[in-house]
Amino acid sequence: MTAQLSFYVHIPYCVKRCGYCDFNTYTPSELREGGTLEMVSNDYIDAVLKEIEIARVSAPGVVPTIFFGGGTPSLLPANDLGRVITAIKSGWSVSPDCEITLEANPDSVDASKLMAFREAGFNRVSFGMQSAQPHVLATLDRTHNPENVLRAIEGARAAGFSSVSVDLIYGTPGESLDDWRSTVESALALGVDHISAYALIVESGTKLANQIKRGELSMPDDDLMADMYLLVDRLAQESGLSWYELSNWSKPGHESQHNIAYWKNSNWWGLGPGAHSHKDGMRWWNIKHPTAYKAALFAGTTVIAESEVLTPSQLADEAIMLPIRMREGIALANLSPEQISRVSPYSQSGHVDPLKWESGILQLTPEGRLIADRIVRELVV
Amino acid sequence: MPAISLAKAPQPASTDPAQIRNFAIIAHIDHGKSTLADRMLGITEVVDPRNMRAQYLDRMDIERERGITIKSQAVRLPWRSGIDGKEYILNMIDTPGHVDFTYEVSRSLAASEGAILLVDCAQGIEAQTLANLYLAMENNLKIIPVLNKIDLPAAQPEKFAAELAKLIGCEPSDCLLVSGKTGAGVAELLDQIVEQIPAPQGDANAPARALIFDSVYDVYRGVVTYVRVIDGHLSARDQIQMYSTGVRHEMLEVGVISPEPVPSKGLGVGEVGYLITGVKDVRQSRVGDTVTNFNNPTKKPLAGYKDPKPMVFSGLYPLDGADYPLLREALDKLQLNDAALVYEPESSAALGFGFRCGFLGLLHMEIVRERLERESNLSLISTAPNVVYNVKLDDGKSMIVTNPSEFPDGKIVSVEEPIVRSTILAPAEFIGAIMELCQQRRGALLGMDYLSEDRVEIRYTLPLAEIVFDFFDKLKSSTRGYASLDYEAIGDAEGDLVKVDILLQGEAVDAFSAIVHREKAYAYGLMMTGKLRQLIPRQQFEVPIQAAIGSRIIARENISAIRKDVLAKCYGGDISRKRKLLEKQKEGKKRMKMVGRVEVPQEAFIAALATDADIEKAKAARK
Repeated sequence: MTAQLSFYVHIPYCVKRCGYCDFNTYTPSELREGGTLEMVSNDYIDAVLKEIEIARVSAPGVVPTIFFGGGTPSLLPANDLGRVITAIKSGWSVSPDCEITLEANPDSVDASKLMAFREAGFNRVSFGMQSAQPHVLATLDRTHNPENVLRAIEGARAAGFSSVSVDLIYGTPGESLDDWRSTVESALALGVDHISAYALIVESGTKLANQIKRGELSMPDDDLMADMYLLVDRLAQESGLSWYELSNWSKPGHESQHNIAYWKNSNWWGLGPGAHSHKDGMRWWNIKHPTAYKAALFAGTTVIAESEVLTPSQLADEAIMLPIRMREGIALANLSPEQISRVSPYSQSGHVDPLKWESGILQLTPEGRLIADRIVRELVV
Repeated sequence: MPAISLAKAPQPASTDPAQIRNFAIIAHIDHGKSTLADRMLGITEVVDPRNMRAQYLDRMDIERERGITIKSQAVRLPWRSGIDGKEYILNMIDTPGHVDFTYEVSRSLAASEGAILLVDCAQGIEAQTLANLYLAMENNLKIIPVLNKIDLPAAQPEKFAAELAKLIGCEPSDCLLVSGKTGAGVAELLDQIVEQIPAPQGDANAPARALIFDSVYDVYRGVVTYVRVIDGHLSARDQIQMYSTGVRHEMLEVGVISPEPVPSKGLGVGEVGYLITGVKDVRQSRVGDTVTNFNNPTKKPLAGYKDPKPMVFSGLYPLDGADYPLLREALDKLQLNDAALVYEPESSAALGFGFRCGFLGLLHMEIVRERLERESNLSLISTAPNVVYNVKLDDGKSMIVTNPSEFPDGKIVSVEEPIVRSTILAPAEFIGAIMELCQQRRGALLGMDYLSEDRVEIRYTLPLAEIVFDFFDKLKSSTRGYASLDYEAIGDAEGDLVKVDILLQGEAVDAFSAIVHREKAYAYGLMMTGKLRQLIPRQQFEVPIQAAIGSRIIARENISAIRKDVLAKCYGGDISRKRKLLEKQKEGKKRMKMVGRVEVPQEAFIAALATDADIEKAKAARK
C-alpha cells in the first residue's frame, strides 16, 4: 500500500479574538498597524505554497484528507484557499473521495461564498456554532448571531457540501444544563451530519481566565460539565449521531476522516505557522508567528521550530492515550496482563463497557470517557 | 581594671580551692545571658578585644540563630577582687535555658556552689527561670539576684527587685543592677561572686571523683567531656574510668576553657575543665556520671546520675523515600552529640520507611528535626507527637506504648499516661484565659500566687499529652505572648484514653491514629475527617473518611467520586502537549501514596499533620 499523507492547513487570521481562545491566530491589526486582511494574507498563501514544495520533496504519498483550520479559514477568499488545494493536487495523488474540510465562522460566509468554496474543492464544512444561547455566546465573546447558523447550514447544503458539522462548547460560566440542552437540540434540529462538543477549557492568559481571576465570572463546574457531556451524548445518539471519538458524534459514514488520522497516528503534514506534523514516529512543529514563518520561507531557511523522535516508551504512551478516546477502543491483546488487571475494576464500576471487555476490547462508557485521562494514567504508569 | 593576665594567674592543677568560685547563670533565653557572658570575657581580659565577637560562647550557628544555648560550657576567668585585692579563679558554668533540659541544668547546678539569677528588668522572671531557681535553691546554691538591661527605657528595676526578693527571701536592695550591653555593674558582680559564693570543698587525697556536667561531640577531637572535680585529682597521665559503665579510657588531654581550650597538667579539687579520651559517642561519657581514676577508683559515685528518659515520641519520615538511608546516617551522626535522642526504624503504610524517635520534650524534638533538615539537607515529615502510655491488659500483662499504632484493640484494663506539674507565669489580666485553656486540657489547678501586683504564678497538673499538642502555641496566642511555661514530670496517672483511627475507604491510615481522652475523641475525629475531606482529591469512586474507636464510627465525611477528568480536545498539536503532560503526571503519580485504592498526595499528609501553628509559620515564611 502506498504511503498516506494528510494535510492540515493553518489559517492564522481572525476578525477578532474570542475571549476564551488561546489558538495561534491573529487579527490583521495585530500583525500590521492599520493592516487589512487582504494585505496580510496576500503573501501568506505564497508562503504556504513554498512549504508545500518542501513537503512534496520529502513526503510523497496519497492524500486522503485535507483540513483547513485556524483561525478563521472562511475569512480568506475561496480562490486563495483553492490555490493551496490545487498545489496539493498537483504534487500528490489525491484520492477521489478525499475529504477536504473548511472550518467556517457562520458570520463570515453567505450562500455565494459557500458555493465558491465548494467549487474550490471543499466537500466538508465545520461551523463554529458554540451555542444557541445569546448570553453564552456573549460570555464566550463570539460575534455571531444564532440565526446565522441556520442560514449558513442551508447555504452549505445548497452548495452541495456532502458533510456538514457544527462545533459546540459546554461549561461556559453562567450556562445552565437547560441552556445546554436547548443548544444541543437546536444543533440537532439543523440536521447536521456531525457534531463536535468540547468542554470549555479556561486557558491561562486569555481574557476569560482574567475575568475569572477577577471574580467577574465563575469557573465552570466539573460535575455540571459531566452532566452536560452525558446529555449531549444521549441526545446525539437519539438523533442518530453516534460517538466515534470522545468529543465527536456523527451519522454513519460522516466521521471526520482527517481527525481519525490523528488518533490513528497516521502521517500528516501541518502547513502554516505553529502547525504540527507527524511522519513515521517523528513529530515537528513550525515557527509560531506568521511573520517569522513567512520570512523564513521567503529566505529559504527552515520553518521547523522543534522536532522530536518518539522513543519506544513515548510511542507506547500514545498508543494508549489516542485510541482509548475512540469507539473502537483498545484490543486487550495489545495490553500487558498487568495493565489489564489495573483497568479491570473499571469494567465493574460502569466506566468500561463490560460486554466489550468480555469480548476482548477496552471501550469506554460515557462515564468512562469522562475520566479517560485518569484511566490512561492507570495504564501508562 | 582588676584583671590578671592568664600567665600570671593561678594555674590549673595547682590552684588552692579557697581561691576558686564556681557559679552558674540562671536566665531565660532572651534575658541577656550571652551578652553578660561576653562582657565578663572582656572585663577579665581572657578574650583579646580584637577577637571579641557577639555571643562568643554560643558556637553552634543553630544556637546563635534561635538565641538559645543548648550545650553548656565552662569558662575559667581569673579575677582580682576589687574588695580584698586577692586573686581568684571564677568558673562560669553555662546552663541550658529550656524546660526539656532540666536534667542537664541540674548537673550544671550540682557542679556549682552558687548561681546568678539573671532577670531582664523590663520583663521580669519567666517560668523556666523560676523552675531552675527552685532547682538551685534545692541544691543549696548561694543565689545572687541580678537585674539585667538596666539601660533600657522600659526597665522597672524596683518592681522586679521586689519580685526577686520575694522569691529568694532577700531584700530588694540585695539585687545587683547590671547592663550586659554597657558593662555597668559587671565588675561589681564579679566581686560579689567572690564575696558571696562559698569556695569549693573536697578531699584532695581521696580517690578522684569528678562530675560530668556536659559532653559534646567534636568532629576533630571526638567527645569533649566537661567535668567538675569534687575530690582528688585528675592528671593528664591518668587512665580514667566512667563509673556507670566501668569502661576504662586513656586520657588524651585535660585542660580548661579560657575561653579557648588550654591543655593543663591536670585538674584539682574544685576545678572545672575538660577531658578528651578519644571516645566518639557522647553516650560513653554521660552527663551526671562520675569520672574516677582507673588505678585508684572511688567506691562512692556522686549522687544524682540518671539516664536521660525520652518523654515525647514522633515518627520522622523523609519526604522522598529514597532519602531513608540519608536520614539514618543523619540520626546516627546526631546521636554522637545527643545522648537523649533515641530512635528505631519504623514503617508506615502511608509514609513509608522512617524512624520512631524519642525526645526529652517538644523543644528537643524541634531542634533535632531542624538540625536533621539543615545539616543533612533532608526534607522531613513528622507525625503528631505523643507521650509514653502504660497499658494494662486483662491477662495481667502490661505494655509500654510509644506509638498509637501499637495501642492494643480491646482487652484493656487501664491506661496510664504521664502527668506533669506545670507552672505558668503571666500578667494577671490573662488568668481567665489561662485557666480556660488548662481546663480544656484536663488540667487540675494546684494553686496561684501573685509574684507582684500584676503578675501571677499559676500551677496546674496536666497530662503531658495535652501539652505536647500545640499547648504552648495556644498559651502564647491567648496571652499575647506574655505567658511563660515550665513543667516537670511527676508520675503517671490513669486516664480514660482511647485510640481514634482515621479510615479511608475502610482502611486505617496509621499516620493519623491518635491516643486521646475519650471526651475529645469526637472532636479529634471531626477535625481530622474534615481536614482530609478538603485535602484528598476526588477519586474515581466515592471515598468515605471515617473516625473510629475500635469498630465504632464516631465521625464521617464523604469525598464524592470524580466525574470529569479528561481533556476534551486531542488534535494534531495537542498530542505532543498531552503526552508531555502525561509524562509529568506519571512522575506525580509516583509521589502519590496509596491507602488501599485511594491515591493520597504527599502534600495532603503534610497538611493534615500540620498544627495551626505550623500553618501560621508556613504562611509567615511565604510572606
